[in-house]
Amino acid sequence: MSISIHSIHKTFGTYKALEDVSLDVPNGSLTALLGPSGSGKTTLLRIVAGLEFADPGPGRILFHGENVVDIPAGKRQVGFVFQHYALFRHMTVADNIAFGLTVLPRHQRPSRKEIGDRVAELLSLVKLDGLDQRRPHELSGGQRQRVALARALAIRPKVLLLDEPFGALDAQVRKDLRRWLRLFHDEIGLTTLFVTHDQEEALELADQVVVMRNARIEQVGPPQKIYDHPRTPFVYEFLGNVNKLVTPAGVTRYVRPHEIEVKFAAEFDLQTDRLAEVQHLFSAGPVASLSVRADDGQFIEVEISRKQLEELALSVGDKVALGLPVSS
Amino acid sequence: MSHSEVTTESRAVRVLLIAAAGGVVALFLLLPLMAVFIEALRKGWEVFFEALRDEAALSAVKLTLTAAAISVPMNTLFGVAAAWSVTKFRFKGRALLISLIDLPFAVSPVIAGLVWVLLFGSHGWFGEWLQKYDLKIIFALPGIVIATAFVTFPFVARELIPLMESQGSDQEEAAVTLGAGGWKIFWRVTVPNIKWGLLYGILLCNARAMGEFGAVSVVSGHIRGETNTLPLHVEVLYNEYQFSAAFACATLLALLALVTLGIKSAIEHFTGHSSNGHY
Repeated sequence: MSISIHSIHKTFGTYKALEDVSLDVPNGSLTALLGPSGSGKTTLLRIVAGLEFADPGPGRILFHGENVVDIPAGKRQVGFVFQHYALFRHMTVADNIAFGLTVLPRHQRPSRKEIGDRVAELLSLVKLDGLDQRRPHELSGGQRQRVALARALAIRPKVLLLDEPFGALDAQVRKDLRRWLRLFHDEIGLTTLFVTHDQEEALELADQVVVMRNARIEQVGPPQKIYDHPRTPFVYEFLGNVNKLVTPAGVTRYVRPHEIEVKFAAEFDLQTDRLAEVQHLFSAGPVASLSVRADDGQFIEVEISRKQLEELALSVGDKVALGLPVSS
Repeated sequence: MSHSEVTTESRAVRVLLIAAAGGVVALFLLLPLMAVFIEALRKGWEVFFEALRDEAALSAVKLTLTAAAISVPMNTLFGVAAAWSVTKFRFKGRALLISLIDLPFAVSPVIAGLVWVLLFGSHGWFGEWLQKYDLKIIFALPGIVIATAFVTFPFVARELIPLMESQGSDQEEAAVTLGAGGWKIFWRVTVPNIKWGLLYGILLCNARAMGEFGAVSVVSGHIRGETNTLPLHVEVLYNEYQFSAAFACATLLALLALVTLGIKSAIEHFTGHSSNGHY
């Protein structure tokens, strides 16, 4: 089910959290709301869920064309997953997952047997078979978040909303769960909107990335397009390391560290290259990063492969020629 | 609590500190408690039970229980409602409400009693109106209940506010998105999460309600066998030089305190092991 957001505003007192935000989330997509804290991304997600109300006005939120602005959160059929899991700590895993079904009015409530079957099915979907009688505090962070996901899916939601779903997890669990979620999404095909402040996460996971800043949407597009063609300096800087270079003509250029070619100083080409001196070398990773000082005094970060570093046999103090990409 | 080599003091200092603390506890807490029981039994069990079987004493116990039975549930209800509204919602005047909840703690109990006399006494604001309809509040049970309820109002709310504040509204919000209504959320999510704190608050509220002296003393009128609560009865007996009887009744209040402490430590034992992470 697609989500369509039209000119939503939200103010808390005098603070503007969202200003005229419009966005389309295509059916079946995995869309990331990416931005620094305070950019309004969580507020937007909560408004879509119905946990927060947009300012009165012409703003609309459509689920598959139907305006849901006046529908309370409990009737919107959204699956919502919180950053800190928000599991019911006094209930077992099974009771947590069954909650959305057991609170249904009696005439809609499935039988005990049906609920049990659904819980077992969801547990195996999130790969937690056999943990049904555990309590939340007996689970790891990654397991808790998968219980929270199963609980959200139990009500057969029309859309899935995740608020910083990996924010409270360790780096390794985070990476594993992220990949798992991507595969999981492809398997169940539910329209999913998730909030993150981690650009790597957004770029790796999403079909569509929405970059937000200061209560507004800065740019929307597929990850690669946003990374390669940022529309504003903010998006450029937010989506990963970037060098801000001022050309002799006084024009500011943004160049990513891996876009710069490093050559022996002897190969210097006056037309396209800059001369620089290596200030610092860091090669304890898949790529080597160099910090160099250009002849005009600007510091530039460069990334090259380990192999190339060996070929160039660079050390601190060496002179190199930098080949900058032709400006687009 | 584990000991650390770095922060621990020399043996002599430790012994000295523990002895000092133990001494203070013995002098200020244990000695008075023992004195109550020793004085009560000075003239033997016969006199002790006689004092408790006395009609005025029984009526005082009954009145105390009645006042607590009304004011404690009332304050439980209001306390939960106040804590719920203050912690789950943000609204104008929220800070003022939190301060107002503390008002009974800040005001001297005598003033807390006098206020009601000023309002409902025969020369008070509503005195004439009450007389016209033959309603009696001051020097009667309603006055005692009102005074008790006023003084003990903050206990439940004070216990719950920090607890609910620290738990946040995540679980309630999760329940909302899962389709639960307000009533179901309250009983199935909120109450299980606060039940120990709530029980603790009720316990303290009850202990204070039964032990309240100042405010109740002002509104009661000290009518023997009618408007004397247990603490007031103890005072009356004491003023009449019936020391053994006074202390015999005081043992009931002391026992109440001991039972309260016992349940309190049981609660802490039960909840002490639960960790405070995110679920």
